[in-house]
Order: sequence, then C-alpha cells, then structure tokens
Amino acid sequence: MADTLLNKPNVKGLSAKDFRSDQENRWCPGCGDHGILNSVQRAMAEMDHKREDYAVISGIGCSSRFPYYMNTYGFHTIHGRAAAIASGVKCANPNLEVLQISGDGDALAIGGNHFIHAVRRNIDMTIMLFNNEIYGLTKGQYSPTSRYGMVTKTSPYGTIEEPFNPAQLALGAQSKFYARSIDTNINLTKEVVKSASAHKGTSIVEILQNCVIYNDGAHALITDKANKDEYQLVIEHGKPMIFGKDKNKGLIMGGNGKLVVVTIGEHGITEQDVLVHDAHTEDSHMHWLLSSMMAPEYPVALGVIRDVDSTSYDEKMAQQIEDIKAISTIKSMDELLNSGDTWVVD
Amino acid sequence: MSQKTKIIEREDVVIRFSGDSGDGMQLTGTQFSDTSALFGNDVATFPDYPAEIRAPQGTVGGVSGFQLHFGHQEVFTPGDYADVLVAMNPAALKSNLKWVKPSGTIIVNEDSFTEKNLEKAGYDSDPLLEDKLADYNLIKAKVTSLTRECLKDSGLDQKSILRSKNMFTLGMVYWMFDRPLKHSEEFIEKKFKKHPLVVDANKKVLKAGFNFAKTIEALPYNYSVAPANIRKGRYRNITGNKATAWGLMAAADKAKLELFCGSYPITPATDIFQELAIHKGLGVKTFQAEDEIAGICTAIGASFAGDFAVTTTSGPGLALKTEAAGLAVMTELPLVIVNVQRGGPSTGLPTKTEQADLLQAIHGRSGECPMPVIAASTPSDCFHFAFEAGRIALEHMTPVILLTDGFIANGTEPWRIPSMSDLPEIIPPIAKEGEDFLPYAREDDRLSRRWAIPGTKGLEHRIGGLEKMDGDGTVSYVPENHQLMSDIRKKRVELVANNIPELKVKGNDEADVLVVGWGGTYGHLMTAVRELQKEGKSISLVHFNYIFPLPKNTGEIFGHYKKIIVCELNNGQFVEYLRGSFYGIKFEQLNKLMGLPFTVVELKERFNQLLEDK
Repeated sequence: MADTLLNKPNVKGLSAKDFRSDQENRWCPGCGDHGILNSVQRAMAEMDHKREDYAVISGIGCSSRFPYYMNTYGFHTIHGRAAAIASGVKCANPNLEVLQISGDGDALAIGGNHFIHAVRRNIDMTIMLFNNEIYGLTKGQYSPTSRYGMVTKTSPYGTIEEPFNPAQLALGAQSKFYARSIDTNINLTKEVVKSASAHKGTSIVEILQNCVIYNDGAHALITDKANKDEYQLVIEHGKPMIFGKDKNKGLIMGGNGKLVVVTIGEHGITEQDVLVHDAHTEDSHMHWLLSSMMAPEYPVALGVIRDVDSTSYDEKMAQQIEDIKAISTIKSMDELLNSGDTWVVD
Repeated sequence: MSQKTKIIEREDVVIRFSGDSGDGMQLTGTQFSDTSALFGNDVATFPDYPAEIRAPQGTVGGVSGFQLHFGHQEVFTPGDYADVLVAMNPAALKSNLKWVKPSGTIIVNEDSFTEKNLEKAGYDSDPLLEDKLADYNLIKAKVTSLTRECLKDSGLDQKSILRSKNMFTLGMVYWMFDRPLKHSEEFIEKKFKKHPLVVDANKKVLKAGFNFAKTIEALPYNYSVAPANIRKGRYRNITGNKATAWGLMAAADKAKLELFCGSYPITPATDIFQELAIHKGLGVKTFQAEDEIAGICTAIGASFAGDFAVTTTSGPGLALKTEAAGLAVMTELPLVIVNVQRGGPSTGLPTKTEQADLLQAIHGRSGECPMPVIAASTPSDCFHFAFEAGRIALEHMTPVILLTDGFIANGTEPWRIPSMSDLPEIIPPIAKEGEDFLPYAREDDRLSRRWAIPGTKGLEHRIGGLEKMDGDGTVSYVPENHQLMSDIRKKRVELVANNIPELKVKGNDEADVLVVGWGGTYGHLMTAVRELQKEGKSISLVHFNYIFPLPKNTGEIFGHYKKIIVCELNNGQFVEYLRGSFYGIKFEQLNKLMGLPFTVVELKERFNQLLEDK
C-alpha cells in the first residue's frame, strides 16, 4: 500500500517520491526522523504547491539534515537561526511555501529568541519542532525539554532545571496555530502538516520524536502499544474529546478550572457531557490546558490543538508597501535624490 | 548692510553652537549650514551630542554641540577650532572653550550664568566676571530675557517662549556673517505650519537677534566669506547615514531587485535603518529583528530568496553577526553588512568615532572566511560606496562589509546630486529556468556561482553551512575538496580587484612623504596635506576606500616614496595589514584613540616632523 501512496500524483502531477532527493540518508537506523520525512513528503504530494515553491529551511542538529533529503529548494543554516532565516525568505518572497525544521535544542535553547519572535510576528510558515528531549548530534547532552532529573553526559547527577513545554512557550508568544503528533504516526503527522501549511501565519508542529541512541523510549509511556490508547488523545475541531481502548473516556471541565478525565457510563456521565474541541476560538485558555496535559495523569493531546484565523506578517508587510506606494509622492530614485531642500550652482 | 564698520574677507570660518541637549543647538547649526550652502559656500558639519537623550540639565555631560565650517574654498572637514562659539549655558562654555581659537568670539547667554548653573557646570566662580576670557571677544547677551520680552504679547506660554531662544542666537550669528534670514524664515513657516503663533514667535525672535547684534555691533568688523567656486549642478546637504541608505536603494534599483534590510537599532547606525523604513513607497522592505543575529539572518534568508539584502550595525553588532556572516561566505550569497564604527570595545563610546573595527571586518570570523571590505570617506561619498558594496556583492555573489564611522555618518556636506542614469547597471548572475545548473558551478572570470532563486522551476537545490563539493554542491568531507574550496573562496575575493578602480595619488607621484589613510579620516588628511603642499612641502596623500582586496597598483605607488606614514583612528590596524601585504616597505604610523577625529593641526605637526627627519 505504501508504494501506491508514494506514487499517487497530486494536481501538479507530483507524488511523494518526487520530493525525495538523491542524497544518502545519514540518520541512524530506527531514528524517528525517517518517519517524519516520509510524512512530510506524503503531505506535499497531497497539497497543491509546485515543487519549486517549497523552501525548506533548517538550523543545526540531527533533524536539521532534513533539507538535504528533500528535492525542493533547501537551506541548511546555522544553529538556532533557522526561524530568522526562514522569516527573511518568506518576507522576500511571500509566494514561497516555507517549512522550517528544528529540534528542541535548536528552536528552544540557542534559537529560543528567534522562535518566540517568529511566532509573535506571525510569519506565514510552518515550524516543525522535532522534540526528542536530548541533544543527539553532539552525542547526548540534556536539552531544554529534557525531564527534570534526567541523567545525561552533561548532567551525570541528574538535571536541576525544569523543562519547557513547547506549546506553552508558543502560546505565550501568541501562537495562532499549534499541532502535535508522534514520529511513528505517519498519517497523523501528514494531516497536521497539511493543516499547518493551509494556516495563514506561523504554524507550530511539535513532533514527539524518538532518538534511538541517546534517549530511546523518551515518549514510550504514550507510544507503547499497551498504553497508547489510554495516553493518546487525538483531537479534532468540532468533535468530542474521547479516547481509550473502548472509546469511553473523555475530558470534562472540573469545578476547580482543571480538566478532568471521566469514563462515559460511570457516575451518570454521558457522551454529551464530554468537552467538544474548538480549535478556532481566539481564547487560548482551553488550548493551554489541552497542550499542558501529561501522562500518566492525563492523555497527551495530539492533532491540531489551536488553529485561529489571522493575517500574517508577510501579508501585512506587502500590503503596507502597496498602500504607501499608492499615496507616496516620490515615485523613483531620481525623485528621491532631488526631493527636499536643493539648490542649483550655475 | 552698508552701515557696518568694516568687512573682513575670510577664506573660511568655523562656528560651534553649544548648549543643553534641549536648547535646539542641532537645529540652529543645521539652519546656519543650510543657509550658507544656499549662499554658495562649501560647508562641512559635525554634530557632537551626548549618548544620554536627557542628560542632567545644565551639566557638562548634557552639552550638545554642532560645529560647522564654511568656506570660499573647498572645505573637507568641520574644522578643528572655532572662530565663534555660541554657549547657551556655563556647562557649554566649560566644555567647549578649549575648541575656540585664540582671540575668537564667544557669545554667551548671560541669563544662564546663575549660581546654580555655575555650580552644575563645576565652576567655582563666574568666568564672565573674571579676566579668564579677556583674550576673547566676549559678547554677553541676555538671550533668555530678551526672548521673553520680545514675546510677552505673543500669547504663547512660558515654555514655548523659552524654546524659541535658539532663534535669537541664530539671528545674531546671521548678522555677524551677513547672511539672509529668508531660508530660516521659510523653514520655520514649514515646520510649524499647524501652529501660526509659533511661526510668528520664532520669526520675530530670529529678527530680534539679528537686530540686537546690529545694534550692539556684536563685532567691530564683519566677516564675509565669498561663495566657493563649486562645480555646476544641483546640490543638497546630506549626512553619511542618509547617503548610505540611498546608495543601497540605488544599488537595488540598478540591479532591478527588491531591497530588504534586516536590522536591529544601534548607535550610530540606526539612522540608516530608519531612513530605509521611510521608503516603503519605493518598495523597500525593512524588518526590525529581535537582535543583531536575526538582523543578518533575515537578510541572508531574503538573499537566498532573491532580494538584494542588507543589514546595518555598529562594531558590537558586527561581533554578534560574525557566525552568520560566515554562513553567507560559505553559501556565497550576496549581502551588504554596513558597520558604522564607533569608539572603543564593548559598549565603549557609542556616540564617538573610531576606526578600530578594520581587522574585525577583514578577519573576524571563524575559519578561513574572506569577504571584501570597503570604506567610505566623507558623508556624501557614503552614497557611492554603499552602491559599490552592493555592486560587488551582487556581481561577485559574496557578502561585503562597508565601513563608515560615527564622524562621517552624522556629519553633513553639500552633495552634487547624481542622476540615476549616470550609475552603472548591476548584473547579478541569476540562473534561468531551463539552464544547466549546479549550485557550485562557477563563472570563469569571477569564480562566482549562479544564483538560482526559489520559485524557479527545475533549479531546486540545497545549500548550507557545511563544506560543499565543488560543482554539484553536495556535502563533502573530502580533504582535497576542502583545500580546493578554501582556495576558491580566497581567490574569489582577490578577483574583486579586477572590478575596482586603481588608486590615485593626491599630489606628486614622487615626494619626500606619502601620507596614507583610509575611510573617514580623508577630510582631515586632505586638508593637512593640501596646506603643506601650498607651503611648498614635498608631500602627497593616498587614501584607500577599497581595503580588501587592495587596488592592484598599491605596491607600485608605495615604491615611489621615501617616507610613508599611515594615519588612522586606532592603534595601527591598517598599517599592520599593509606590513603583512608589502614586506620590506617601512611604514611610519600616526594613531589616535580619543573618540575624536584627527585635527589638522596635529597632523601638520607630525608631517612636518617627518619631513624634517633625516
């Protein structure tokens, strides 16, 4: 089936295979990045952009090798700065479809400043954050998303710092789009990438990714077959937030303002009591609660958590230039050079 | 003005206006220089203001100054020492007295010499009451009370009345130099057109100052500086920063590309960014980044996407941009980095001038990371060299550093306005759909790669900071390839020398002493050398704008002189670079690190000494 999918062309006549470059893939066997690459190429095959209109921009880290494996325009930049470079790309040419690839160290440590400001400005691009909670390329140091107390090469006695929740950082920076997926869920990742691309503005897509070498099983609690139905809640706009092996668990709002996991059929709870997901509401309160849920107390929310209509920075930049051009009395460089106080020497 | 007692013809005059930050001295100075330029004099100006926007009132730290130099001959500098000092308070007198020529004229606002202000300025006693100023032509004017008296029926509040007192001093100076009030009157009408009361008040005070000077015969004689013999054409006054912004815009225009500027505000470079931000009407895109790094990174992104991209900064900002500048070298993308040099390391002296970022510009990156470096030398030629930086960047597919400095960035001079049709076309090597494209395949004469802009069908490719295989551009760790690519990057910068003009000597091709300078010291060096030449001394000047690579005839020129002295506002960075490039030539050096330009006096003294040395 996989091959059929890969060969199915989109309206531009492109299939997933057409987005594969001829570069030898250097990610470790079993790395979660392979699955994400596969999802992105399939998503592109299902979207209507021309291949030459994609620009894939990355920083530094294992995930940032990504552009080399894409048969699109690509730019492997420097550590932490990909969001800034991608911002420049989009502002220079708003017709491009910009995909920015980062890891948790690249986007949230060395590039934290660029990450929050790209989100705040709302530049129309998709930032994919591969979150494996470790530095892989430098061989195993803790990252800004490593769990408290984690033992790594630079924290041999355990870390003494709290991790970021990337969603909270993005929402704090006024993010208009936030989605989450898991590397192994090819279909879900493909779907959220498509939604992110369709959204006007900065779209954050966090992918819970496994590093087989330095942090294997970081997300095992929610990805293991035995637990996955209990600890994954795939949400969709307009649908009740129900999960569990028997599809009988749901979320309701507790009296203390916290979300509560309930079982349908117990204590008089019916499906009608379960909260319905509204991704489009401007108010980010519920999105904050949903994206903050952690296992085992809660299931982890996956899918499009927030998707609010907005106008992007690059659209406004282009519009402002058009507006000012229309009213400006100076229409050329020669007119500018001769504007204001001048005098003639005869 | 026939009732004046005596008229003295002068070749040139230097006036220094000084007062509290809020006294309007910058505006007063600008008005006088504009009027003089309109009159036909050549003019050079330099503002000297504190870093603090609202420094404590009345203190020496809060003094704001504006010096201008106008002449019957070509004027290259704002002048070392002033013929006339206007001091609006004791602090202004205290901090500027050392810049007044012996027997020069000092105009003080007598009203401001109160016990409190004297104390704030650090005077133990009132200098106006002692004979300390006996060697000067001291004019005491009660500027505050005369302004107040003049406007008592104006209907304006006290604050607004006091704000117009700078016009009183401007009027006085206009009388002293026989200048018409017309230009300033028109300026006032335009500036305050929404406030007719303010227009009337300012014009009235301006005239009152003029009449006051006439009544008291502020000078026993009247200076006259005849118009200079200036090349025909249309002129305007321009600062270095504005000229830089316009030069970048002109380069984008001539390359038929959109201009993108990603920058972060930093003194004294911010004016360039602000000027560009105004010109959305001409399609300029400005992006105020979250930091210096994002400034250059957004520009690199814009360059990848096909814009003519620039970033503007000053020394500490250049340090922050270093890693990204390396990426631009590695990916061979066109980019202009403007560094308006300021004083000192770290925060240093943000509003003062220096030339100490030269070696940072040439070498300050990780790895072997060469990029062309050029430097502007006067406020108006910032236009030309900003254009040149763009031309070299776009035609050679390379980042270029343009060095200016706080002195020329904020200084002004009249500029003969060029026509866009006089500027050369800029032709970047943009790859076209359907052509045989490899990311690191090269043009023969410049070794530049072709620029395949995203959106162009069939030219999809990947670039990045990792070393790339020559030609196809895949990631390569092959040792021989790294050697080859390093050699190519070096050669690419050297080849720029084929595309820049040769050096020209000012003066005789052979002389006892050759003065060497670069960048913003041109005006002072030129004045000193020209004065010595007029005295019959055997001395010439060669001034560098193209720093890296050097013009091809540099070594040949050095060979013609017995003594060479390299003058720069640092501890000897250019001379060190020249010593490394021209082994065996003896270079003397003259260096200064005071946050100030050279003075012509100190230059002449040193050159005379060198001329006399056996």
